[in-house]
Amino acid sequence: MTSTRTRGSRSPLASVGLHATLVVASVIAVFPVLWILLTSLKPAQHAITTDFVKEPTLSNYTYLLESSHFLDWFLNSVLVAGVTTVLGVFIAATTGYAVSRFKFPGMKPLMWTLLITQMFPMAILIVPLYNLMGQLGLLNQPVGLIITYLTIAVPFCAWMMKGFFDTIPVEIDESGRVDGLNPFGTFWRLILPLAKPGLAVTGFYAFITAWGEVAYASAFMVGEENLTLAGGLQTFVTQYTSNWGAMSAASVLIAIPAAIFFVFAQRHLVAGMTAGATKG
Amino acid sequence: MAADTSQSVVKAADDGVGNDSAVRGRSRWTDSGNTGNARRKGGLRHALATHWYAWAMVAPVVLVLGVIIGWPLVRGVYLSLTDANERNVARDIGARHIDATYEFIGLDNYTAVLGDPVFLQRLVWTVIWTVACVSITFVLGLTLANMLNRQFRGRAAYRMALILPWAVPGFVSVFAWRFLFNRDNGILNKVLDGGGIAAVPWLDDPTWAKFSVIAVNVWLGIPFMMVALLGGLQSIPGELYEAAEMDGATAWQRFRHITLPGLRTVSMTVILLSTIWTFNMFPVIFLLTRGGPGDSTEILVTQAFREAFITSPRDFAVSATWGVLILLLLMIFALVYRRSLRKQGEVW
Repeated sequence: MTSTRTRGSRSPLASVGLHATLVVASVIAVFPVLWILLTSLKPAQHAITTDFVKEPTLSNYTYLLESSHFLDWFLNSVLVAGVTTVLGVFIAATTGYAVSRFKFPGMKPLMWTLLITQMFPMAILIVPLYNLMGQLGLLNQPVGLIITYLTIAVPFCAWMMKGFFDTIPVEIDESGRVDGLNPFGTFWRLILPLAKPGLAVTGFYAFITAWGEVAYASAFMVGEENLTLAGGLQTFVTQYTSNWGAMSAASVLIAIPAAIFFVFAQRHLVAGMTAGATKG
Repeated sequence: MAADTSQSVVKAADDGVGNDSAVRGRSRWTDSGNTGNARRKGGLRHALATHWYAWAMVAPVVLVLGVIIGWPLVRGVYLSLTDANERNVARDIGARHIDATYEFIGLDNYTAVLGDPVFLQRLVWTVIWTVACVSITFVLGLTLANMLNRQFRGRAAYRMALILPWAVPGFVSVFAWRFLFNRDNGILNKVLDGGGIAAVPWLDDPTWAKFSVIAVNVWLGIPFMMVALLGGLQSIPGELYEAAEMDGATAWQRFRHITLPGLRTVSMTVILLSTIWTFNMFPVIFLLTRGGPGDSTEILVTQAFREAFITSPRDFAVSATWGVLILLLLMIFALVYRRSLRKQGEVW
């Protein structure tokens, strides 16, 4: 694709400079992650050595799985992020389709609302949501956190899916109409199957956002076994204790599933986000 | 329901003016909707008949947003006009239910917050933090994207490595950096020590802490910038560069007059997104320094969080006040940004 861009060849010096810069940048990008991985494999008492490898062991992982609440946190996070994703995509899908295809009274205000709610800082909603959840008895409950995360997930799912539906040719809708389908039928039988990759990317992004959310999780969930991963990880390193061994092992276990998914979804992710943001 | 949509119109809307969503879509619903407005009642019935599909489709989102965003938003604004704190809100202690006793106090919270020099301090640091993070991230992201936008061996590997910070959940990376930054045991200081340089108080000195939080946020933000700009670079036709080269343009001139204009749209978008994200970036500050040492790295959103959930007694009203002020600032920013885009002739 970029073959037309290789204009002449670079001088050897420029080539060395290019590679040197990229190597330095890559090392900076990779090192913190790599270091956590290496630390997690050292015995806890050696967590702070500068050796890359020292008496490699899985003791941090066994400690984590057997003597901490890590599994509780992991399951809480999977539950909260999973349900948020499914509900978010489910609620938002038809809206994404409607604003992509139809023009109807109230569409402009709706689009603006979707756009503006995406830039809402959590600071504006956290206090009223906290109080409401308190009154409903939903603090410390996954349900409370799921409802809270939907305030983030629904607007951007709708927005992002609009972007994906925009890329599906309108002729397909036309053909559905010619075959006598109503708009719901067209959406359900023709467009949705075609939009599956888009739905997957949207869902993935919703999942990752909920998986990594810190503020609401820190405020709403207390008590060791109720925490999600974002809250749980904080308990290893506080003012008083710093269990870097367990922290690093937990980090690795949290990051691996997210990173694997990410590699697959990453190309579509940028397209989805920037397309959604430019088309007002 | 006559199908009077001409395909070419729809295609044109899709291809060219896709930025203006008003043009998009099937005109059959639109047209009949407009002609039906003659009589008020008949018009309403007509609108229902023609638009009920669309309305039914958006209903779930409208309902959900109304209940879980609209209502809390109104309540938040109301709370900011009261003296609510953890001692006077409705709560359950054991089986006993205590009713709310907080009162409406008008704009007192706003005068108190805005009259306090703390607000200005937070605002100034938040602006510095946002501008520094976004500009550094953008420049570095653009540089790396330009480097990756060539053919050379190992390109895919570099790309993979450079994207890694984005693939790892943010809060995990922040803890990794906290580990590296640790004053006594962190690897950064040990390496410096090996070179004979005194330990740097990365997170324990107000100035260094500011540097550190910006560095971490830049590290987190570069991959998105880079990938988005790389996409933009690849959409610039190569012929432009060839033509410029034939006319004798230098590398800098090509960058200045072809690359930068070609990246305008995508740059505008990523800068807007990244500004909003950075302005609201809670986890980096909260997990790295908790706003400290002292309150030197506290930005507006962490301050709002602190008022409601860290200080004792928890002051919900003041936190809500900060929240409303933050929202107002963001709104003003978005409006100014939009206006400046309009002036330059962008459709947004």
